[in-house]
Amino acid sequence: MQWLWENRDLVFGLSLEHVRLSAIPIIVSLIASVPLGWLANRFRVTRAIQLTLFGILFTIPSLAFFITLPSVLGTKILNPINVVVALAIYAIAIMVRGAADAFDSVSRDVIQSATAVGFSSVSRFWKVELPLAGPVLLANLRVVSVTTVSLLSVGALVGNGALGYLFINGYQRDFPTEVMIGIAFTLIIAIVFDQILVGIGRILMPWARAAGDSGRSALTVGSAA
Amino acid sequence: MLFLAALAFIFDPANLLGDKGILPRLMDHLLYTGLSLGAALLIGIPIGLLIGHTGKGKNFVIALTGSFRAIPTFGLLLFIILFTGLGLWPLVVVLAVLAIPPIIAGAYSGLDSVNRETIDAARAIGMTERQILGKVEIPLALPLILGGIRSATLQIIATATIAGYVGLTGLGRFLIEGLALHDYTLAFAGAILVAALALVADGVLAIVQKLVVPHGVSRGMARTTTRSNRRSAPSALTRAPITEG
Repeated sequence: MQWLWENRDLVFGLSLEHVRLSAIPIIVSLIASVPLGWLANRFRVTRAIQLTLFGILFTIPSLAFFITLPSVLGTKILNPINVVVALAIYAIAIMVRGAADAFDSVSRDVIQSATAVGFSSVSRFWKVELPLAGPVLLANLRVVSVTTVSLLSVGALVGNGALGYLFINGYQRDFPTEVMIGIAFTLIIAIVFDQILVGIGRILMPWARAAGDSGRSALTVGSAA
Repeated sequence: MLFLAALAFIFDPANLLGDKGILPRLMDHLLYTGLSLGAALLIGIPIGLLIGHTGKGKNFVIALTGSFRAIPTFGLLLFIILFTGLGLWPLVVVLAVLAIPPIIAGAYSGLDSVNRETIDAARAIGMTERQILGKVEIPLALPLILGGIRSATLQIIATATIAGYVGLTGLGRFLIEGLALHDYTLAFAGAILVAALALVADGVLAIVQKLVVPHGVSRGMARTTTRSNRRSAPSALTRAPITEG
């Protein structure tokens, strides 16, 4: 505790850095997931291609990404962009599959009804399919969020791990308290992000709790958390 | 350029064997993976089957899979090592801890996906609980159980990369040495090797998954309702992040 107080500026700065570096991939993945999810849901071929491609990218260990990306992007190895891009790739990989599932979860009857009452396919997408896919999208976004926050710290090995710096520094100085504080603050950020997402979900989709909170669908949402 | 240099390193026969060779480090990587996966299976499978069969403890599974994802494995490993000292066991314990949630989740959601009426029918024709579990539930749940194990294995392989940072070897050692010595060819070669191992392991496990699943069980997921979000439930639960490394 005393260490934390004495180094509050360091820990605070690293936490801000952590928030910044992990928020970007989360937001990017959400934005990317809507068109990609739509595409995956619309055509069988694009779905197969997307799932295979991102499945492969998802399998590659993150440290391998952190090291190889600079030569692909033409950046310096210490540039934080590498870590952000790598995390964004994982985030999108999770969201592509999640979005395909999400749009899948919209009942066909509802879509047909929407067409029957005169929605064009564009307005049907924005006003019917997207809102109804929302809860499953949110569930996947929560997985993305918690994963990104925890994964970022590995970036410390390539000089960009935000709070992961405390792991390496504490380890090298044989000082467990510092490592523990790094873990604790990483967990706090993960929890805060998750609560923010849940809050946004409640505001944007007030119906989701009432309708989808029973039985198996609760597992879908909860499990993905 | 770096890529070609790294490939040259990998395919140079001089780098295959010997103390710091690719083959011994690959073997070590597989050893860490095997030990951790074995430990995780011994603990995770019985718990997952128990929860799945009885239906009790669903919230436990949800809380477990959710919260474990948040733990930064790298930090946890370094923290433990500061108390235990360097060695194989801290690594195996941390990797097993990492792998247990997806294994439990896979086993649980596998059993959960089995149609209740099928289980009732098995009970009605006089099967004991043990028979129901062994002859009905597990075979039908096999795709998802294996899916959980597959995702756990990949996480272990990816995360075992950090062994190179804590006095052990494995393929991650190339990455760590390369970074420490600013020898990016070496680091790049390590990255290619780890990525290749992960992809090969994923491919092998995908094939195993196809071979082991009994005839007639397509993907172990309820297909009765055409477009329900049931299908997404198990995959969201078992699909876990590729952590660390």
